[in-house]
Amino acid sequence: MHELGVTENIVNIALTKAGEAQANKVVRINLVVGELSGFVPDCIQFYFDALSKDTIAQGAALHFESVPAELRCRDCSTIFQPQDTLWACPKCVGRSVEIFKGRELYIESLEVE
Amino acid sequence: MKKIEVIQNILEANDTIANRNRQLLDKHRIFVINIMSAPGAGKTSLILETLTRLKGKLSIAVIEGDVASTVDAEKVESVATAVVQINTGKMPESCSLMAVMIELALKDMPLNDIDLILIENVGNLICPAEFALGEHKRVVISSLPEGDDKPIKYPLIFVDADAVIINKMDLLPHVDFDIAAFRRSITGLNPKVEVFQLSCKTGEGVERWCSWMLEQVKTNVAKR
Repeated sequence: MHELGVTENIVNIALTKAGEAQANKVVRINLVVGELSGFVPDCIQFYFDALSKDTIAQGAALHFESVPAELRCRDCSTIFQPQDTLWACPKCVGRSVEIFKGRELYIESLEVE
Repeated sequence: MKKIEVIQNILEANDTIANRNRQLLDKHRIFVINIMSAPGAGKTSLILETLTRLKGKLSIAVIEGDVASTVDAEKVESVATAVVQINTGKMPESCSLMAVMIELALKDMPLNDIDLILIENVGNLICPAEFALGEHKRVVISSLPEGDDKPIKYPLIFVDADAVIINKMDLLPHVDFDIAAFRRSITGLNPKVEVFQLSCKTGEGVERWCSWMLEQVKTNVAKR
């Protein structure tokens, strides 16, 4: 639902970095999106097509690397990927967990020419 | 073809403005609470109760975030030091307040006369979790009719909360809401969270919430 502002930022960052590199065209943008981040790649793609129109990023391929959720049990320190929404530790069945991975939302790199 | 390493957080633009808001607020010694919940959980009711009970003790302003309308701002207008209504419907994003909206709202507020700003975020348990506004504390309200499974369905907003309010406690005899299970879920995600059980309708438990907030303001930004 909030992908428009996020996509504006993606376009801005890509254009700035491509400009600094004196590139003529942005060919590909590599994004890292955590499973828990609440951002939907299809929505970002939709807005990207509109926002990048008539810029050197128009037509760039967006590549999304999804980072699966990983949790850390506060009781026994086990790091695990939750299999369901209960987020219980598979080792000690504890429910006291912290998010270890899965909230990422960043641009990893650009490919330009 | 050339590859450029970037590694830049996409939310950085929002976070930068949020930090700027925080500096401005700290300079004016204003404490800010970001109140988030699903629609209808009782954000406006809690704000009204808080304003009424803390009248004379703190000078409180309110920033109302809604997709449309000014009904909430009208309700709190008579009891607040200042009210700014933000309608997100015409903005690029309508599902959450963002730092830039708060930055604009602060320009319209008498900052020297305010101790505490209560921000009523847009009713939504997903998007507001992602956007820092410059607040000092994040409060999430869950009300009994919503069910006790919300921390399981929408964990992020509870992970980052400083306090969780269980509202509409007066409905407990009429709904299937397992308070113990709900509390276990939120403290599992967030062991340091403060939990308040209250009813804005009967007033039960509201005093403890107000005392907590008063204490927060006093210890963090004592002005007088």
